[in-house]
Amino acid sequence: MSPILSVRDLEVAFDIRPQGAWPWTPSRKLHAVGGVSFDIAPGDCLGVVGESGSGKSTLARAIVGTVPATGGQILFEGADLAAMSVTERRAHRKDVQMIFQDPLAALNPRMTVGDIIAEPLVTHFPKTPRDEVKSRVRELMERVGLLPNLINRYPHEFSGGQCQRIGIARALILKPKLLICDEPVSALDVSVQAQVINLLAELRRDMGLSMVFIAHDLSVVKHISDRILVMYLGKQMEQAEAKVLCTRPEHPYTQALISSVPIPDPVLEAKRDRPVLEGDLPSPLAPPSGCVFRTRCPKAQASCAQVQPEMVVQEGNHMIACPFHAPMQVLQNA
Amino acid sequence: MALLDVQDLNVVFQTADGPVHAVNGLSFQIDKGETLAIVGESGSGKSQTAFAAMGLLAQNGAANGKVAFDGTDLLSLSPRQMNKMRAEKVAMIFQDPMTSLNPYMRISDQMAEVLTQHKGMSKRAAIAEATKMLDAVRIPDAAARITMYPHEFSGGMRQRIMIAMALLCQPQLLIADEPTTALDVTVQAQIMDLLGDIRRDFGTAIVLITHDLGIVADFCDRTLVMYGGQVMEEGATTDVFAEPAHPYTKGLLRAVPRIDRDDDVLQTISGEPPDMSRLPAGCPFSPRCDVALDHCAVQRPAKEHFGADRRRACHKPLAEVTS
Repeated sequence: MSPILSVRDLEVAFDIRPQGAWPWTPSRKLHAVGGVSFDIAPGDCLGVVGESGSGKSTLARAIVGTVPATGGQILFEGADLAAMSVTERRAHRKDVQMIFQDPLAALNPRMTVGDIIAEPLVTHFPKTPRDEVKSRVRELMERVGLLPNLINRYPHEFSGGQCQRIGIARALILKPKLLICDEPVSALDVSVQAQVINLLAELRRDMGLSMVFIAHDLSVVKHISDRILVMYLGKQMEQAEAKVLCTRPEHPYTQALISSVPIPDPVLEAKRDRPVLEGDLPSPLAPPSGCVFRTRCPKAQASCAQVQPEMVVQEGNHMIACPFHAPMQVLQNA
Repeated sequence: MALLDVQDLNVVFQTADGPVHAVNGLSFQIDKGETLAIVGESGSGKSQTAFAAMGLLAQNGAANGKVAFDGTDLLSLSPRQMNKMRAEKVAMIFQDPMTSLNPYMRISDQMAEVLTQHKGMSKRAAIAEATKMLDAVRIPDAAARITMYPHEFSGGMRQRIMIAMALLCQPQLLIADEPTTALDVTVQAQIMDLLGDIRRDFGTAIVLITHDLGIVADFCDRTLVMYGGQVMEEGATTDVFAEPAHPYTKGLLRAVPRIDRDDDVLQTISGEPPDMSRLPAGCPFSPRCDVALDHCAVQRPAKEHFGADRRRACHKPLAEVTS
């Protein structure tokens, strides 16, 4: 089946001008995303993980089209996003919707829940009769687990988990083909987080949605995704089937990331060998030469500073950007 | 005698919508060199417990009950005495290290201030001591970086500075309020390792306030689970995780997606976190509890002691919860 979304060597760079700079001072380039490629088949879910500053949100924004790609291609159902005309782009926006990290900040505080959920429908199909809009909104509210009689309430009257449900209903009212979730559960409490994850998984199955699920929490991403892409400082480190990536990661960064995830089991934790990464993420304005991870990598060699690592492709389309990759068992009973 | 002995602590905030009971009848103890986790979701009262003990409640908040540190009741101290206590005996670190550091002061000045104020050291000796402490929390090139401002450090480094500053007067108790929530996982692992080393090297008792069950499992001797300002259960961490004795703990443990397991559907706790201004008269968890009995909503469960130094507050018989 042809992929619904293909991203090829995507690059996104921002111009950074120091504060108070002269107009003629050359601006510096911040490469937020560099050389990321992946495909998403219809109905599949790609998880994207990485620490803050790894470029995951920029990637999401580039797919939606709110930041322009400075290189590479984003093909949605075979059509290049950059080459689209204004009308084509408007049609594209109907098919790609997004939900955000801070559920309350993503909702207009002066609009009622009904108006918020209806807004995409009214914008894209202004001729929809009002009754139909209202019934669609009620139907969706029920679908995402909100009582339809709350339709005239305002966002501040809802808890974080309920606000996220409103955000999901708004994203789904146009029946999109692709849903981009940018850290949808990281602002929620554990007990509510599980509700929202289950809801997303259920909606995905029932509506045949394709998804890009971005989060910094690898255990959440693993739970919902078919494939996982690991990013570090805008670069792709490893990409594989979710299960393979979590049980037999090959890239040293993925291995470190997984061993840093605490497991809520004291007995297992005590037995587990946890190598801890040294240092912090380098500044994206001055990334290390060669492999961007080499400054914190336990396996780094002199050659890592010179050349950017080639992407090694293994069985099951397992991609690893490291010449010294080796499988490692990081979890005992997985 | 326990190092910190909290008995029947209540924290009430007077708000425009009426009084909000953030903490209700909380009791716990922590011994020298021990680590205690206070686990709960937002609004469970875990941070307000720490603020009450440290005398840091907001203006409209009042605490009553007993918070005894080494025999001294912290709640009855004058601000001046409390100030002395805070730096020298009990220290606290917060979730967001950037807002806890003064952005206008060099790290050297902020850290030296603690020592000149509390230990009467000269500035020069204080800076030397502060540098040593920064070395101890593994800040590379501490001597050069101590003259920098907070914004010149990364989040993980700032949290290290906060920890170093908290340890300057060698407190016996360190209260860490969500110390790693704002940090990335790899940095979180570094900070938790550091706290473990501090506990070993300095013998500091640590109260870790968190919502993350994963870091509790790795770090704490004992665990106290809070919900709606009340203790749901308490016990040795291994026991609480192996055999949770309260439906809330049980639900919470099942709701966390685990990287080492393959679950198709996560078990959830239905409903929403409690509205603290309208708590039920009985067990605060009863509206969301799937095994709630008829009288759970109206009658507060008594604390029940069982097993090896464990406590729980639930009407449901123990055997039925653990089975």
